[in-house]
Amino acid sequence: MLFEYILQLADNQLILAQRLSELCGHGPALEQDIAITNISLDLIGQSRLLFQYAGKLDEQHRNEDQLAFLRPEKEYRNLLLVEQPNRDFAHVVLRQYLFDEFNFLNYSGLTNSKDEELAAIATKSLMEVKYHLRFSKNWVLRLGDGTAISHRKMQDALNNLWMYAGEMFEKTAIERDLVKAGIAVDVEQLMPTWKESVMSTLKEATLNIPEGGWYQSGGKKGVHSEHLGHLLAEMQFMQRAYPNLTW
Amino acid sequence: MSTKKDWPLWEVFIASKRGLNHKHVGSLHAADAEMALENARDVYTRRKEGESIWVVESKFIFASNPEDNDAFFEPAKNKVYRHPTFYDLPDEVNKM
Repeated sequence: MLFEYILQLADNQLILAQRLSELCGHGPALEQDIAITNISLDLIGQSRLLFQYAGKLDEQHRNEDQLAFLRPEKEYRNLLLVEQPNRDFAHVVLRQYLFDEFNFLNYSGLTNSKDEELAAIATKSLMEVKYHLRFSKNWVLRLGDGTAISHRKMQDALNNLWMYAGEMFEKTAIERDLVKAGIAVDVEQLMPTWKESVMSTLKEATLNIPEGGWYQSGGKKGVHSEHLGHLLAEMQFMQRAYPNLTW
Repeated sequence: MSTKKDWPLWEVFIASKRGLNHKHVGSLHAADAEMALENARDVYTRRKEGESIWVVESKFIFASNPEDNDAFFEPAKNKVYRHPTFYDLPDEVNKM
């Protein structure tokens, strides 16, 4: 049970890291290219800590590479939000911002987990996430409240991504039990704080929440959008073509 | 979004440790001071190079002209007496 919860945390970091890594060498400017690659590497590092821990609990005794690279699509438990494609830089920073606000609150809560290893991983990761949040928030403000074109692109990104945000606060049955045990964070309770921060940023960025609300979810149950399969095909290729490959 | 061409150039100074002086490490492009600071953090401190960053827009740096080097720096070359090398320093003073 704890195993599945850890995978859920790890998959979010891994899939978002993979998405960001696609921009390595393709960032809008050299400085942003490096910044985004740094964030990607941070997230890969965080996912490794989690996969290593999950590996210790796995009944099938899979190691971190096998857990990260060799599961079929339906076994990934990441949020739909983090698998959404890099349509343009506005989508990249907005996806990052919506997730960073959540990731920050979630890791903050996890630092008090009764599971000592999870608490330690959260404490270590939190420093990095604080910076990610600062970076993505500043870009949302800068572009949202920027030129007419940058504003339009940010609003498009918000219109396209907002529907996925609600899934972050959906509690699975496993989480419900682990919350009672004092191990997991109650994501439902993070929502008001998240919303307050996000609303204030979007307001400052002169962006409007789209009508229609939060209606897409499924990632946490393994039901993904059409984008994850393509991402996995690329990410898993090396381990599948050359099993146990290392370098 | 504005293109990179529109972003001004910034000079980056980093102090490797608290209390040490900031040294020029390079330059980068950024739209504003906040972005310049974040870019500097990402480009120049990813291998733990520093604990403090200054950024200043390059246009605010007024520099000496290499053509003036004769007048500026030549005269100092033959004035060895300006270096305090003719004194016997007590052993306790070890950082001169």
